Amino acid sequence: MRKRLPVLLLVFLCSITLHAQEYFPKNDGVKTTDNNYTAFTNARIYVTPTQVIDNGTLLIQKGKVVAAGNGVSVPDNSQVIDLKGKHIYPSFIDMYSEFGVQKPAKKGRGRRSPQYDASRKGFYWNDHIMPEKNAVDKFLFDTKKARELLQAGFGTVNTHVADGIVRGTSVLVALDSTDNSDMRIIGQKAAQHFSFAKSVASAQNYPTSLMGAMALLRQMYRDAKWYAAGHAENKDMSLEALNANKDLPQIFDADGYQNDLRASRIAKEFGLQYILKGGGDEYQRIREIKATGASFILPLDFPEAYDVSDPNQAGKVALSDMRLWNQAPGNPAALAKNDIPFAFTLAGLKKTADFKANLMKAIDYGLDKTKALEALTTIPAGLLGKSEVIGSLKNGSYANFLITSGDIFDKKTTLYENWVQGDKHTINDMSLIDVRGEYDLAIGGNTYKLKITGEPAKPKAELKSDTTTLKTKLTYSKGWFNLAFSPKKEGDTGFVRLNSLVTAPGSLSGKAILANGTESTWRATKKSDYEKKDKDDKKDEKTIPEMVPLTFPNNGYGFAQLPKQENILFKNATVWTSEDEGILENTDVLVKNGKIARVGKNLSAGGAKVIDATGKHLTAGIIDEHSHIAATSINESGHNSSAEVSIEDVVDGDDINIYRNLSGGVTSIQILHGSANPIGGRSAIIKLKWGLPADQLIYENSPKFIKFALGENVKQSNWGDLQTIRFPQSRMGVEQVYMDYFQRAKEYDAKKKSGKPYRFDYEMETLAEIINKERFITCHSYVQSEINMLMKVVERFDFNINTFTHILEGYKVADKMKEHGVVGASTFSDWWAYKYEVNDAIPYNAAIMQSQGLNVAINSDDAEMSRRLNQEAGKTVKYGGVSEEEAWKMVTINPAKMLHLDQRVGSIKAGKDADLVLWSDHPLSIYAIAEKTFIEGVPYYDYENMKQRQQSIAQERNRLINQMLEAKNKGEKTQAPKKKEDKHFHCDTEVYGI
Amino acid sequence: MKNTLYILALFVSALTFAQQTPAPEQTESILITGATAHVGNGSVIENSAIGFKAGKITYAGPQSGASASEYDKVIDASGKHVYPGFIAANSTLGLVEVDAVRASNDQADTGELIPHVRSLIAYNAESKVTESCRPNGILMAQVAPRGGLISGTSSVVQLDAWNWEDASIKTDDGIHVHWPNAFQSAGWSFSGPTEFKPNKDYDKDVEKLKNFLSGAKAYLKGKRSPKNLPFEAVEGLFDGSQKLFINADGAKEITDAVNFAKANGIQKVVIIGGNEADKVADLLVKHNIPVLISRPHRLPSGEDTDVKRPYMLAKILNDKGILTGLEMSGAMERMNSRNLPFYAGTCAAYGLDREKAVQLITENNAKILGIDDLAGTLETGKDATLFISEGDALDMRTNTLSHAFIQGREISLESHQTVLWKRYMGKYEAKR
Repeated sequence: MRKRLPVLLLVFLCSITLHAQEYFPKNDGVKTTDNNYTAFTNARIYVTPTQVIDNGTLLIQKGKVVAAGNGVSVPDNSQVIDLKGKHIYPSFIDMYSEFGVQKPAKKGRGRRSPQYDASRKGFYWNDHIMPEKNAVDKFLFDTKKARELLQAGFGTVNTHVADGIVRGTSVLVALDSTDNSDMRIIGQKAAQHFSFAKSVASAQNYPTSLMGAMALLRQMYRDAKWYAAGHAENKDMSLEALNANKDLPQIFDADGYQNDLRASRIAKEFGLQYILKGGGDEYQRIREIKATGASFILPLDFPEAYDVSDPNQAGKVALSDMRLWNQAPGNPAALAKNDIPFAFTLAGLKKTADFKANLMKAIDYGLDKTKALEALTTIPAGLLGKSEVIGSLKNGSYANFLITSGDIFDKKTTLYENWVQGDKHTINDMSLIDVRGEYDLAIGGNTYKLKITGEPAKPKAELKSDTTTLKTKLTYSKGWFNLAFSPKKEGDTGFVRLNSLVTAPGSLSGKAILANGTESTWRATKKSDYEKKDKDDKKDEKTIPEMVPLTFPNNGYGFAQLPKQENILFKNATVWTSEDEGILENTDVLVKNGKIARVGKNLSAGGAKVIDATGKHLTAGIIDEHSHIAATSINESGHNSSAEVSIEDVVDGDDINIYRNLSGGVTSIQILHGSANPIGGRSAIIKLKWGLPADQLIYENSPKFIKFALGENVKQSNWGDLQTIRFPQSRMGVEQVYMDYFQRAKEYDAKKKSGKPYRFDYEMETLAEIINKERFITCHSYVQSEINMLMKVVERFDFNINTFTHILEGYKVADKMKEHGVVGASTFSDWWAYKYEVNDAIPYNAAIMQSQGLNVAINSDDAEMSRRLNQEAGKTVKYGGVSEEEAWKMVTINPAKMLHLDQRVGSIKAGKDADLVLWSDHPLSIYAIAEKTFIEGVPYYDYENMKQRQQSIAQERNRLINQMLEAKNKGEKTQAPKKKEDKHFHCDTEVYGI
Repeated sequence: MKNTLYILALFVSALTFAQQTPAPEQTESILITGATAHVGNGSVIENSAIGFKAGKITYAGPQSGASASEYDKVIDASGKHVYPGFIAANSTLGLVEVDAVRASNDQADTGELIPHVRSLIAYNAESKVTESCRPNGILMAQVAPRGGLISGTSSVVQLDAWNWEDASIKTDDGIHVHWPNAFQSAGWSFSGPTEFKPNKDYDKDVEKLKNFLSGAKAYLKGKRSPKNLPFEAVEGLFDGSQKLFINADGAKEITDAVNFAKANGIQKVVIIGGNEADKVADLLVKHNIPVLISRPHRLPSGEDTDVKRPYMLAKILNDKGILTGLEMSGAMERMNSRNLPFYAGTCAAYGLDREKAVQLITENNAKILGIDDLAGTLETGKDATLFISEGDALDMRTNTLSHAFIQGREISLESHQTVLWKRYMGKYEAKR
């Protein structure tokens, strides 16, 4: 398996010790064996970050540590290097590297129809699953890059091909730049790598979404088990490799806290533990991050400040993005404080050279130095299962270590040498004598003042004769000091050249060649040592901008403190019960422990907070049956059925549209999959508990739903001329898709129930739930023919369609829907004319369907409209004369019924969840403003608070803009302002990439 | 009686044909009495009388001042409300029928600088979408082209006509410019939102506009030979007979656009969009430049933008003394044009005086489009383009029209949609 690696010599950088292989033939000389020791004495040795030896000796032989300690006896055949005053640290490890392996190039496909099937044979059915790939096969030692890494202090990297969902194994490589390539490979299958991103090398369409990638990973694990048990008839080298790699460390590039949590959810389901490569924003949900139990690999690519010097442009940058700049350098410290183990990676840094500055920044932001050192040594070694050989200087470890002038986390410290597997790589010459200082220079009878400043290895000279500064050039290399100057004073045009071999600090002397060519001697007597100017010292002071507080979620409208449940008495309101009681004037509603306790007149508060609702209207919170907010992806369009995917996987609790929905009185929504395929994905039904993490928004014991779709979208009518190969392309085909899948699901279910072994299939599991009436269908539907068709298809399988959503021609078949037993018809108030199939969509639809006894809801399918669903309900009064009481039910109890949540929410009734909205006016009126929105008695939205928040947002923005201007003035790098664009999904929104 | 028969006939024909037949010229004079008249200029007349003959308003005032005997017909509208016909500005009504059907799309042409392209001749007077706006009180519209930098020339139409020629009430009223955005989409990103970054081509695109106008100015002063259609098309901008409508949202873009227009000697300028117009209010007031603000039913422009800002912008600009109207552009704009009254209502909900909210879509829009000599208010001498609503027309609960008149002609309030409604209700009633 091992490939011969190119041999490249770095003659000047490396001392060469030959570790000849005992069984290799030798034709270029005689065979020698090096059994000598090297002893580094009198150093402060960090055997590990917590085991530190002062004045110790490090003894190495044959590239490995023999001993490290105080009482180490140095054998006779030792080279001894005195490191008095110097420090020795284990070399760093980057366990998330792409060193020496190239990412495949993106395949340009031009304008072609999508590829639905895999490109490969004998492997898994999806090209993006490549556990059989091994980075070692592609590995080529990159000397130039290695030099960069060595200079940054790294001695070992775990490198992988960062491409695909399952990326195969990585290789653990020592960065030994000598010719000892035979030794470099420390582990050829060091870890297995994953991500949610598809391979650029394959155009296979599936998955097109994050939730699709998650479903694919789950199915892959199930299939691997099935394959391992010998049930599969086909050969699958991918699954074989996956099974073979299962005991390796599993590294998942999640790249952000939301995906960290998603990846760890999959890990939990399969009893795995991923090492998560984070995105640097983990501090935003540190409690949830801690609860994953995972170890992390953290990037150090902290965001650059925005260039906010143009106020017009500055105004476009979202507060959350500005905060990220302000807060992200504190991410490592936040993990450390919470005892979450992590390693650092260079990944993401534009330049390797930025590593130290950014690491120091993390320390300035509160990261403990020991933790920082652990994150570069013992932690990655441990995570890779290689603690015995790398990451420390314990006996038997590879002799991978750094020699520094002092504390490695001190800005002034010089890294002298980086030894890898016993080979020295000089970074800064340790034997260099610092010549800086002030001297009196004498040549013949002339005297000058010489001042040497700059860096020790690159000193600068200033030479004065009396007060005249002379033109001077100084070079200083390998101990040779050469100074040339033009002694203008003598009226001479030539140069005076001085040289000296510096062997000890102090005065300098040597040979001088005068301008006229005559030789002489010179002597510079040191008067004082070099002293850094005060100004420079000041620069070193930590001047980190004051951190702004974190909120939940971490944007302008997030909560610094999550609001608490309150016991409330609403006094004297007009109460829209959405129950048979109708609309009650001058009525009180008592809320206790998150539930509606009583509805009545003259109730006593009994300790509850009293809200005077005189002249105001109190309603149940609005329920949007059809929403696409608060999700990272909406459509998995890679297959014509995607029953295996779930929106629950991709709920985004940070979406500002949650808050905006609350401002319109919405408290519960069903986030539906889009309509890219006849069988879509499973829904997430959530409460808009702004500030809580995504998984806590989802209803407990949520009713199970799936999105189906009919018509133009599923037959790809408006997707362009290239999208004409996926079945179905006509309404005729749509029926057959359903027949096929339901039939297969029925057979699958029968096999499962028979007790025989069966291949667990998430898609079939979901469809079997439907057939078994455990999961409900919400079907996107427009024209009457297809509505009728779907009812007839499912009747053959003995179940009903729960909800038709959109259902714009429902008015044409309302009688048939009623007869079929449709639980709900959820429609728009007045949308039409956007597609050919909505030509006959009419705003009277809701009224007609309602008149025929259907349970009708008004939905949004739109982040904008969902904030004014009260107005949309009001339109049913205008179009078709629905009574106001019934109109209001269309956004409260009616959708609750079709979501099977009417026992919990949707009306004002004792015992139900206190999801309530207080309106300034008649709630169906254009003039109504939602003043307060409660969920389970918790005030998540308040109109007055929102207005005040505007002030605090403006202040915080101003503060951060000033900080960024200051950063720019200090010379920090900046980036161009950018404006975050809202995600604005509809049913037919395609989100490619994941 | 004659009228009733006519309406009946109209209803029957409505069931036969998809489109409503345009009403004949006003022959009978009409007086509407007892209603609350929303004049359109911010004032209200309780217990009003509105009289009109031969298509023009002859009386608008208290009922006590009107003599019913002078009119052929009196409509008792006690308890009801009368409004001047609402005006949809910067709409694309009649230019596209079904969004997804390319063959029905005539709203934009190819090319960056095409002022000579005229919307009026593509206006489909028989559009079913346009027809559906009338029952909500939208009786006039500016039909404007989209796309490019200079998109073309708009016209203002009334919504009850046999053809575009009859529909026009102000032909070629303005030239439409889509000012470049200083921020531009930086493409789709991995799973997350698209970013917008500074537009590198901004200055280049602005330069194109400048070059075009200075070229036009030079050409128009010369012999004009050979003829240059784009340059000819903008002549009205320099003599004040046409307005320059500039789509611009940001403070920078608006400032640049206004300075551009003034530097080129353009007399009448209107800003469309104006999301940040309040930040440059002084400039706009100084040059007397009105703003047609985007539909308030849209999301705030940024994550931490005031959640209610789109609702409040009309009030903010009004308070700063800027002449403000409402425009229609945006997603699904044609079918949403019928929601224009509710856009105005939303502005009223968030602080604007209710009559001023009416004014946005009547007098203000009329002034901004340059049709205030014949439309926009219930005042003597103006076109009798008005309607009667059962209640407050800015509130969807009560926006229910009983009568609508365009130039005195009583138009049908039926539509493709009401026809289907009645047909299917009929089906179910017959079943019973």
